[in-house]
Amino acid sequence: MSTISRRKLITTGLVATAGVAGLATASHIARRYGLIPPDGATLYGPGETLTYAAQRLLTRHSLAREFPRSMISKTPFRNETAPPSDAFKRHQAANFTDWRLTVDGMVAHPTAFSLSDLKSLPTHNQITEVACEEGWSYIAEWIGTPLGHVLDAVGVLPQARYAVYFSIEPDWWESIDMADALHPQTFLTMGMNDGDLPIGFGGPLRLRVPRQLGYKSVKYITHITITDSMKRFGKGLGSASPEGGYAWYAGI
Amino acid sequence: MSELSKPRRLRNNFLHPLSVSSCYPHPVSTAPSPVRVAAPRHTALVRVTHWLTVVSFLALLVTGAEILISHPRFYWGETGNSGTTPLFQIPIPSSRDTVPTGYNYVMPDQNGWSRYLHFEAAWVLVLTGLVYVVAGLLNAHFRKTLVPAPRDRNWRAIRDVLLKYLRRAPPDKAESLAYNVVQRLSYLVVIFILFPLVIWTGLALSPSFDSAPPATVNLLGGRQSARTLHFFVSDLLVIFLVVHVAMIALAGFWKRTKPMITGRVADTERL
Repeated sequence: MSTISRRKLITTGLVATAGVAGLATASHIARRYGLIPPDGATLYGPGETLTYAAQRLLTRHSLAREFPRSMISKTPFRNETAPPSDAFKRHQAANFTDWRLTVDGMVAHPTAFSLSDLKSLPTHNQITEVACEEGWSYIAEWIGTPLGHVLDAVGVLPQARYAVYFSIEPDWWESIDMADALHPQTFLTMGMNDGDLPIGFGGPLRLRVPRQLGYKSVKYITHITITDSMKRFGKGLGSASPEGGYAWYAGI
Repeated sequence: MSELSKPRRLRNNFLHPLSVSSCYPHPVSTAPSPVRVAAPRHTALVRVTHWLTVVSFLALLVTGAEILISHPRFYWGETGNSGTTPLFQIPIPSSRDTVPTGYNYVMPDQNGWSRYLHFEAAWVLVLTGLVYVVAGLLNAHFRKTLVPAPRDRNWRAIRDVLLKYLRRAPPDKAESLAYNVVQRLSYLVVIFILFPLVIWTGLALSPSFDSAPPATVNLLGGRQSARTLHFFVSDLLVIFLVVHVAMIALAGFWKRTKPMITGRVADTERL
């Protein structure tokens, strides 16, 4: 004696068909509008895709919270970094006069900027919070040039999708999508709290991405490349973070 | 076919709080029928969403503990780090060597997959919860099975149940088929207060989500306050889980768990 009625069978069938069709359509739309992160094909891809897609639909243009000067942390935490490489030490000995930021890839005019070139571009400041994935945080004033200004200067091609940025230190690289790259608070940071950016905090040049966790704000930047696909970089997961087991998108 | 469709159509009556008294009216049980039909207890929707919640909550709990170990200090306000005074500190070693814990060793770091899984499980929990709450409002699940019956909406009814628990009296038969007032209130608090709070305090920790409605985190008193509250609300949910499982064990683990799997209370337990 079967307990499955015809009505139940038909309803279940319809729900299942609608579900499969809905998933297929959602996946098609997500791919088309660039809502799938580079690490979206991994075990945790479905969760990451939902997070990234939801954030892109809700927060594409929103600004990270800025704070009054009185809230600047008296004890910012620099976090530990690996001992500096010989290459970094040579630049440090020369007071970073030969430090170059090379911007290339899908741009009309690949350019190498010195620190004084960057400082001659319009500089902005923001008082924003650094939030580490471990749980701690601090607020500081960050002074620098919005990455968007630099990208305007080199002429980003229309098919560009990601800005990939590399530290002078080995195996330290990240990427962000163009929404974050052109976001007005994404800074090539050279100053902190009214002074030069200290080395412990990423000086002489750090890319600050305040709407994402601290690990996306890579220290000691020397190279930015613009691309339409992350497949050719490393293991193709978007950055060094997913290769080390961490999410590519760190806006959560 | 007609014998089977009868109890199904009457299911809502079974779960109506007023219908569950010491003398339980069950049309099938009194009918001289050779077919043994167990009494309906939990709908398919309740069962599926319950077990999805179990799986995602356990994943969130384990990964949440892993993430906590990387900085077992809690603060109040907007900011806090190893250079500031904590509100309190959990006396365990950390998985990072930058945290002053008083221990001279560092635990294994499992943050990467823990964070990935935490957020994936959070999506499962949130979507499951949405389906459950929306369906529950549409089909009157909350009104029929969780909102206390009018005669139970007083302190006396609550006290009676609690005193019965304290006497360690075995649950009566009606409690196999419907929740008592204390159970109902506990479930309503978990569903409509604790889960929304844990989702809100968790979302407040997203620097990107906070940029769209900053009130998400500002109303909670800042990022570190949100993190501390996320910890405390999670603790309350863990307390609920422990009591929930303990009460099931006391009432008879399989007697209570089976209906959450099959949807039915065994025929022998009905009367």
